Amino acid sequence: MRVSVNGVDLEVATGSTVDVVVASLVEAPERGTAVALDGDVVPRSEWRTTTLAEGQCVEVLRAVQGG
Amino acid sequence: MSEPFLLGGREWRSRLIMGTGGFRSLEQLEAALVASATEIVTVALRRIDPDAGDASPLGVIDRLGLFVLPNTAGCYTAREAVRTAQLAREAFGTDWIKLEVIGDDRTLHPDPVELVAAADDLVGAGFTVLPYASDDPILARRLEGVGCAAVMPLGSPIGSGRGIDNPHNLALIVEEARVPVILDAGVGTASDAALAMELGCDGVLLASSVSRAEDPAAMADAMRKAVEAGHSARHAGRIPRRLHAEASTPAAGLPQLD
Repeated sequence: MRVSVNGVDLEVATGSTVDVVVASLVEAPERGTAVALDGDVVPRSEWRTTTLAEGQCVEVLRAVQGG
Repeated sequence: MSEPFLLGGREWRSRLIMGTGGFRSLEQLEAALVASATEIVTVALRRIDPDAGDASPLGVIDRLGLFVLPNTAGCYTAREAVRTAQLAREAFGTDWIKLEVIGDDRTLHPDPVELVAAADDLVGAGFTVLPYASDDPILARRLEGVGCAAVMPLGSPIGSGRGIDNPHNLALIVEEARVPVILDAGVGTASDAALAMELGCDGVLLASSVSRAEDPAAMADAMRKAVEAGHSARHAGRIPRRLHAEASTPAAGLPQLD
């Protein structure tokens, strides 16, 4: 199935969970990493149990320098 | 400084809040943060880019033991800003948020309607909300009214380095506010930060004036002194402005020498 990850369309296995997508971007997510699924926060404790569905939009964010 | 700075139910020693944007390296960031003696620093959230390879500022911030204040920079709507704040709460384990909801990218002025809506939502959700605002006394009143922990009017547009365009508005905001007033944006050099404090602001938040200075650490040191000096001057009771001179040396006892 296809999902959007940080604005890029990706083919992932059906039933993939949020942590799989995060791992594809960053090996060891440090403090300051957050995930939104269709705009809603997915708490870190739920990354492994939150299953993605076709067409969903995942944003994986981290801390950067900012004003 | 003598009396402590109360913000968000906590006591702070420093009245200078530092943005971390615009530094050319993490080494420069660290040197400037140390020189500023700040306790609170802002960070932003952006997409992870595995190809970018730039390090997170959190390493420096955590090593120095500073308090992280996430922002919602780049948000144009209340909805985006509220969602960003929720992500920041998850990412940093803090319910403090520097709320920015901008109206356009040319002026980077806040969108006051969206700003108040987002502030209201976030206060209701338990956030300690520090809103970046226009220098508008009525907007400041509205933000305080919905429960913001401070109001943070701009001095002039973000990154403009123009200082305080309208000191009268800032003075009006200070006069009425019952929450801390923090000048946020527009500072170009130390005298701007000092003026903000002399006008009665409780603190100053700045980034570009330090991060884009030729020598960021030296400018951070100057900003620390300026904030302290301005705060001291405000509470020292300045002399009134006069049109004409008033001699400080007595006229009595002048000898006849002509």
